[in-house]
Amino acid sequence: MSAESAAEHVHVHEPPSSFIRRWIFSTDHKVVGIQYWILALVAAFVGMWLSVVFRLHLANEGTIAQLNNQLSALAPDSAQAQALTEQIKALQAKWFVLTPEKYLSYLTMHGTILVFMVLTTAPMGGFGNYFLPIQIGALDMAFPRLNMLSIWLTILSFITLMAAFFVPGGPPNSGWTGYPPLSAIPAAQGKGYEGPGGYGQDLWVLSIAIFCFASLVGAINFIVTTLDLRTKGMTMLRMPLTCWAWFVTAILSLLSFAVLLVAGLLLLLDRNAGTSFFIPGDLFFNKPLVDHRGGSPILFQHLFWFFGHPEVYIAIVPGMGLVSHLLSTFARKPVFGYAAMVFAIFGIGIVGFFVWGHHMFQSGMSPYVAVAFSVMTMVVGVPSAIKTFNWLGTLWGGNIRFTSPMLYALGFVSLFVTGGIGGIFLGQNAVDIYFHDTYFVVGHFHLIMGVAAIFAMFAGTAFWFPKMFGRMMNEPLGKIHFWITFAGVNVIFITMHLMGLEGHPRRYSGFNYDFLSSNYMVTCHKIVTHTAILTATTQLLLLVNIVYSLFAGPKATDNPWEATSLEWAIPSPPPFENFKGGHVPEVHHGPYEFSVPGAAKDYIMQQEPPEARPATAPSAH
Amino acid sequence: MAALEIREAPAAAPARLSEGAGGPSGPAGGSDGGGDGDGDGGKGQHLPRRTYFTALWLALAGSFMIFAALASSYIVRRGLGGDWQALHLPPILWFNTLALLGSSALVEWARRGLAAGRLDAFRMRWLSGTTLGLMFLGGQGVAWWELHRAGMTLSANISASFFYVLTVAHALHVLVGVGALLYVAALALKGRAEAKGGLAADLSALYWHVLDGVWLCVLGLMLVWR
Amino acid sequence: MTPLLFVGMIGALVALTLYFFATKAPILPPLISEHGQLIDDQIYLTLIITGAIFAIAQLGLAFLVYKYRHREGAKATYLLGSHKLEYTWSAATLVLFVGLNLMGQKVWAEMHLNEHPKPAIEVEVTGLQFKWYIRYPGKDGVFGRRDVNMINDAEGNFLGLDKTDPKGADDIVMGSLTVPVGVPVVMKIGSRDVIHNFGVRELRVKQDAVPGLAVYIPFKATQTGSYEVACMELCGYGHYQMRSQLNVVTMAEYTKFLADNAP
Repeated sequence: MSAESAAEHVHVHEPPSSFIRRWIFSTDHKVVGIQYWILALVAAFVGMWLSVVFRLHLANEGTIAQLNNQLSALAPDSAQAQALTEQIKALQAKWFVLTPEKYLSYLTMHGTILVFMVLTTAPMGGFGNYFLPIQIGALDMAFPRLNMLSIWLTILSFITLMAAFFVPGGPPNSGWTGYPPLSAIPAAQGKGYEGPGGYGQDLWVLSIAIFCFASLVGAINFIVTTLDLRTKGMTMLRMPLTCWAWFVTAILSLLSFAVLLVAGLLLLLDRNAGTSFFIPGDLFFNKPLVDHRGGSPILFQHLFWFFGHPEVYIAIVPGMGLVSHLLSTFARKPVFGYAAMVFAIFGIGIVGFFVWGHHMFQSGMSPYVAVAFSVMTMVVGVPSAIKTFNWLGTLWGGNIRFTSPMLYALGFVSLFVTGGIGGIFLGQNAVDIYFHDTYFVVGHFHLIMGVAAIFAMFAGTAFWFPKMFGRMMNEPLGKIHFWITFAGVNVIFITMHLMGLEGHPRRYSGFNYDFLSSNYMVTCHKIVTHTAILTATTQLLLLVNIVYSLFAGPKATDNPWEATSLEWAIPSPPPFENFKGGHVPEVHHGPYEFSVPGAAKDYIMQQEPPEARPATAPSAH
Repeated sequence: MAALEIREAPAAAPARLSEGAGGPSGPAGGSDGGGDGDGDGGKGQHLPRRTYFTALWLALAGSFMIFAALASSYIVRRGLGGDWQALHLPPILWFNTLALLGSSALVEWARRGLAAGRLDAFRMRWLSGTTLGLMFLGGQGVAWWELHRAGMTLSANISASFFYVLTVAHALHVLVGVGALLYVAALALKGRAEAKGGLAADLSALYWHVLDGVWLCVLGLMLVWR
Repeated sequence: MTPLLFVGMIGALVALTLYFFATKAPILPPLISEHGQLIDDQIYLTLIITGAIFAIAQLGLAFLVYKYRHREGAKATYLLGSHKLEYTWSAATLVLFVGLNLMGQKVWAEMHLNEHPKPAIEVEVTGLQFKWYIRYPGKDGVFGRRDVNMINDAEGNFLGLDKTDPKGADDIVMGSLTVPVGVPVVMKIGSRDVIHNFGVRELRVKQDAVPGLAVYIPFKATQTGSYEVACMELCGYGHYQMRSQLNVVTMAEYTKFLADNAP
C-alpha cells in the first residue's frame, strides 16, 4: 500500500476537547513531559532559594566567629569590646540568620528537593517523556494513563514534601540521607520535633515513598516503550544516544527505587510503630530509650546507598546521552565510537550497582568489604573516562557551531571532568579517611551530579525549546547566562574543594573552631556565598529568556539546528499525534549521519530515503 | 480489530498500526470504551501483545527488588542476633499456602480451558481459583490475628516485625492479584474473557503464579532463618 | 568570539585551579601521626596524577573547541571512531585508577585489617549529643561496666558507669583526649545516641561513632600539642559545636595527668 492511499484511510485522532483532559490530567506524553519540566523548574528555584539563604547565613556566621575571636582577646569593659559586641548583635539580627535546627532543615530540604524533584524528574520525566516516543517513532508512551499517574504522583510527592514546611517543628533536620537513629527518633532532632508535631520527617519519608512509586511506574513505561514501540527501521543501534541513556536510566530506576521504598517504609515503622529495624538498644535521649533494641543503623545506610549511588547515575546518565547527541549535532560529525558510548552507558549502569559502599568507608562497616567497594569504584571510572575521551573525539575534526545548547554541552564536559577528578580522591578508601564528610565531598558531588546534570538540562531546554514551543530562545541571553553560570559554579565548588583540603566539615551551621574561623576559611565562605548569590540571580535570566521566548521568540522552523533525529522531521510544536495521522516514517539511517562524504547536505535525517546517503560513503550503522 | 497498515510493513511494525476500528471514536477515542485499554492515550496507538508481558515482567522485577531488599535486611538483621526471638509461625499458614497453590493451579487450568475455547469450564475454574485466593487473604488475616493475640505484635520483637512486613507486602501484591482475577471474572461474565486472545486472563494468571513463588520464598526465608 | 572566550574561560579555570592547589602547599594541615604519612603520600600522589588529568582534559577540550570552530567553507571529517584508541585509553585508565587505589591499601590495612599493635594504651571514646567523653581504664587496665539506666547527666555520669563494679572504680572520664607522644593508642569508638564521627584533621583519623557498635582505631601521635576534635557526621542541631580537644603530651605529663585525675 502506498503512502498516499494509506493517508486517505488514516483516522486522524483529535486531542481531547476539554481543557482539563488536554492540559492538566492529560495522557499525552508531550504534556506530561512539559509538566515534569515545569515541576523541575519550580523545584529548582525553591531549592536554590534555600541554598542562597543558608549561604548568606554561613558567610555571616564566619564574620561573627571572627569578631568573637577578636572580642575574646579584649578586656570585657573596653570601649572597643563594646563596639564589637554591638557589631555582633547587629549581625545576629540579620533576617537570614538561622537557628541551627532551621539551618539543617533548609539543608535537608535543599538536598531532597534538588536530588528528587529536579535531578531525577527533568532529564528523565521531562525531556525523556517528551522526546523518547518521538525519537523512536511512536505516537505516545506505551501506557499513557500510567504516564499520567507518574506525573501526578510526583506532583503529590512534591506537595507532601513542601507540606513539611508547615507542620510544627518544620522540615526534618537529618540531612537528605536521613540516617537513623537521628531520623528515627523524634527526640534526637531537638525540641519541637518530639511529642505532637514533628511530622516533618514522616512527611519527608512519605513524600519519598510516593516518589519511588511514581518512578517505578515511569521506569516500566520507558523500558517498554523503548523495547516495543520503535518504528520500522529504528533498530536499537539506530537509536539516538539520548534514547539509550533514558533506557539505561529507566533500568536503574526500576531496580533502585524499590530498595529506597523499603528503606523508607522500615524507617517509618521505626519512627511510628516502635519497631527496631535500624535502632539499636541502650540509647539515651534525655532518658533511656526502652522500646527499641538490636537494630542496625548501618543496615539503613546499605539500603539507602544501594539506591543512592545508582541515583547519581539516574541524574547524570540522561545528561551524558544528551551531551553526546549535542556535541555530534553541533560539531557536524558522527559521535566518536557510538557503540563504545552505548557500552559505556551500560557499564556505568551495571558497575554503578556495586559501588554503593564507597559512601560508607568510615561508617563502621566491614573494612574488607570497603576494599572491594573501593576497587569497584575505580573500575566505574573507566566507562566515565571512555565517555570523556569519546566526547573529545567527537569534537576532533569537527566544524563546531557555537549555539547556546552547544555551549551548555561543552560546559557539561568541562564540569564532568572537574567533578570526576574529585571522585578519584573520594573513591579511594584510604584517601577518604581524610576527605570523608568535608566540603571536598560537597564540592565534588555538586559539580558532577548537581551542576553538570543541570547544565545538561539547560542544554536540553535550549536545544528542544523550539520543538516544544515553536519558538527559538534568545541566543545572546542564553550565552550570557552560560558564561556567568559556568564561571560561577566553578568558583563556588572549586573553592569548596579547597576548603575540604583544609578539612572543613560539611553541614556545620556555625564555626566555633579555630581552624574554621581562620581568615582563610571565612574568606572562602564569603567568596562562595557572594558567587552563589550572583549565580543564583543569573538564573533569573534563564527564566526571563523562557518567558520572553515563549511569547516573542522568533518562530522556529521544523529543523532549526539541522539535526537528524525524528523529532526534527515533524512540525514545531508537534501535532497531538506527533506524526500527522499517526503516520510514522520509516527510518533508514543511523542517528548521527553528519558530513557524510558525497552527500548533498552536511546532515542526513534518519527518515530520509536510503538514496540520500551515497553508496560510496563508509558504512556507519 | 480492523487495524490498518499505513506503510509497506505489515506485521513487522505493529507500532505503526493505526486503529480505525473505533469508528467515530473522535476525541474520546482514548477512554476505555472503544480504544485499546491502557495502551491508548486517545491516539489509537496499538500495542503488540508481548508489550503487556514485557511491562508485567518489569513490574515484577521492581517487586522482586522490594522483596530482595526485605529479605537481605531480614538476613542481616537476623545475623545481628541478640534480641531475635524465634517466631512460631501460626499453623494456618500451611493451609494458606495450600490455598494459594491450589488457586494458582485452578487459574492455570481455567486459562487453558479458555485457550481451548471452553468458556463454561473457564468461568467455573477461574471463579474457584479466585475464591481460593480470597481464602488465602482471609487466612493471612487469621494468622496475623493469632500472632497478635499471642503477644507477637508488630513491635514485640524484630522477628515479628519482619513477619508482618513481609507478609503484608506479599498480601498487598495478592490483593492486586485478586483485583485482577475479579476483573477477568467480570469480563468472563460479560462474555468478553477471550478478547484479545484472553490477554487479561493470561496476564493475571502469570502475575498470580509469580506470587506463589514469592510466597514460597518468603515462607522459606522465615523457616530457614527462624 | 565565542570559541576564544571559551578558551579563555577554560584557560583561567585550569590556571587558577592549579595555582590555588599548588600554592596552598603543603595544603593539608600539619601531620601528627605515623600512619598519616601514608595517607598524605597517597593524597599528594593522587593530586599530581589528577592535576595532570585535569589540565590535559580541560586544555584538550579548549584546544579542540578553538581548532575546530566553524569557519566559512569548512567541512567536518566523517570519523566514526577507533576501537584501537578506545581499547588503549580504557586499559590505561583501568590500570592507572586501580593501581592508584591499590597503593592506598597499605595504610587501610594498617588501620583496619591488621592486628593492632600491642601493648597499646586503650581509651574509650563515646559521642553523645553534643559532646565527646573519653574514658581511661585506670590502673587496672580494665574498663568497668556501663549501664544505660545509670546514665545521669545532672550528676555527671554521662556514660552510665556502674559505681558498684570494682573494675570501674579507677576509670577516668574526661571531656578531652590526652595521649602520650610516640606510643601506640587504640581508641574504642562508640556512641550513646545517634551516629557521630570522631575526626581529628592533624591525626588523619576519622571514624563514625555508631550506637550499638564498637570500632577500634589505632594511631601513634608523633608531635606534642593541642588539636581540635570535630564531629564529622551529622548528629543533630548541635553538630557544629560538638568540639573537643586532643592533647598530645610527653609520657611524663601523661602519667601525671592520669594521677591527677584518678578518682
